[in-house]
Amino acid sequence: MSVFGIWVGAVLTLGILSFLYKDNPFYKMSEAIFLGISAGYWFVSLFWQNLVPKLFDNLGITKLLGLNEEDGAIQAIFVHGEYDERIWYFIAGILGIMMLLRLVPKIGWISRWPLAFVVGTTAGVYLTRYLASNAVAQINNSLKDFIVIGQPDFISWTNFNYLLIIIGVTTGLTYFYFSKEHKGITGGAAKIGIYFLMITFGASFGYTVMSRMSLLIGRLDFLYSDWLRLIP
Amino acid sequence: MASEKTKAFLLKMIGIDRRIIFIFVFIALSVPMFISIDMNIPTSPEVEMLVETMEKLPDGAKVLVSLDYDPSSEPELQPMAETFLIYAMRRNFKIIVIGLWPQGAIQAERAKAVAEEHEGKEFVYGENYINLGFQSGNELVIQRMGSSIPAAFPRDYFGRPVDEFPIMQGVKNFSNIDYVFNLSAGYPGTIEWVLFAVDKFGATLGAGNTAVQAPMIYPYLGKQLKGLAGGMKGGAELEILTSLEGRAVKYMVGQTFAHAVIVLFIIIANIAYFATRDSKKGGVL
Repeated sequence: MSVFGIWVGAVLTLGILSFLYKDNPFYKMSEAIFLGISAGYWFVSLFWQNLVPKLFDNLGITKLLGLNEEDGAIQAIFVHGEYDERIWYFIAGILGIMMLLRLVPKIGWISRWPLAFVVGTTAGVYLTRYLASNAVAQINNSLKDFIVIGQPDFISWTNFNYLLIIIGVTTGLTYFYFSKEHKGITGGAAKIGIYFLMITFGASFGYTVMSRMSLLIGRLDFLYSDWLRLIP
Repeated sequence: MASEKTKAFLLKMIGIDRRIIFIFVFIALSVPMFISIDMNIPTSPEVEMLVETMEKLPDGAKVLVSLDYDPSSEPELQPMAETFLIYAMRRNFKIIVIGLWPQGAIQAERAKAVAEEHEGKEFVYGENYINLGFQSGNELVIQRMGSSIPAAFPRDYFGRPVDEFPIMQGVKNFSNIDYVFNLSAGYPGTIEWVLFAVDKFGATLGAGNTAVQAPMIYPYLGKQLKGLAGGMKGGAELEILTSLEGRAVKYMVGQTFAHAVIVLFIIIANIAYFATRDSKKGGVL
């Protein structure tokens, strides 16, 4: 990284960290620069890595404009008279344009169609995947080796862990089952379930703290090593 | 009965300015960077499983590395990427890098440079290393790779057709890949790799995750995921188990000091809270 780049990085890092003292214009400026650059980066990145190669190159629009030497679907069909499956990208292009119509209030409703296409496709792809991986496979992994009564290692830490998982899942689900009043056995199970949930949230919180500390370490290392050169 | 002085101190602790805590955390993270402390970092079964799976791979195995993160997660995941590439270089793995995040390919190039400097030699591009770059489409890219990797990535990061490189010869789909290593900071990431590459196409997957994401990945460990390195701690364990101690191990000292400070403040706050509660509610003062 150039010296100028290091100085810019260091000043902006200090700008963001200054929020820890209190909100201030230096922080706001750093935040605005970060957001602006991020948005710009994403736009340019998606344009050149997504829109141009996938849509314009495949359809042959860049060839038409003299920006690419390779033929696209338009050249294949209309110049060489051959069917080219890349012509289907035309549908994707139309859906993309329909999405942008959200910016025109009078016909903004058209953008719901491509959105519905995206939501429907995602739901279709994920329905079976989630069921297979997050339900069936998980149950299989937890129960398959557990319920083998009489196996030599039936009383073991591994099976104890499986048992904990089973108790945690069933009592956790009971806590979220509201069709029956949480009294008696249901109430007891729900209470155990909430303890499992609290331990889970606690573990997640602990990991989150660890993650944030790691990010701060990264920034401090940059300041001490690259900027101030206090650490070789 | 605690003295008035103690009560006053505890009340002060409850209302402590957050900036004082920040200063303590700042000191806890900074001081270890300037001093050398040897710390015992115990390894966990999930990282041991990760390394065991890597160890079982034959020399020269074809490994797909998916870097699904950006610079904001660099302190946690970049040391893992560097460690893995150094390890891969020593084992002569053939590395195929992809990114489901736009910056993943750039992070790979940076990790590659560190690995090459560390080992004092270079990957032969196209023979034992190739960067296929970023492809948009999230999990659908993985799905497409299941039927054809060259169709999902027709060109490499530098715009050259992938079929002209020797490393890609015979690589059709996941059945031609010995191992998938994923570094993930969110969506799309390890969950999507498990759902599509592992459960649908039978790939063998190991992963490194940010600490925030790690708890969501644990349920897959075992049959669906062959090892997990979670956060900087996981990265440090990976470095220890591969005998490649580097940045993550170095950072762990500061991490531990900072955790100790936070735990200390939590304990103080809890003591202060219970000790200064209204006596009608069961307080001791």
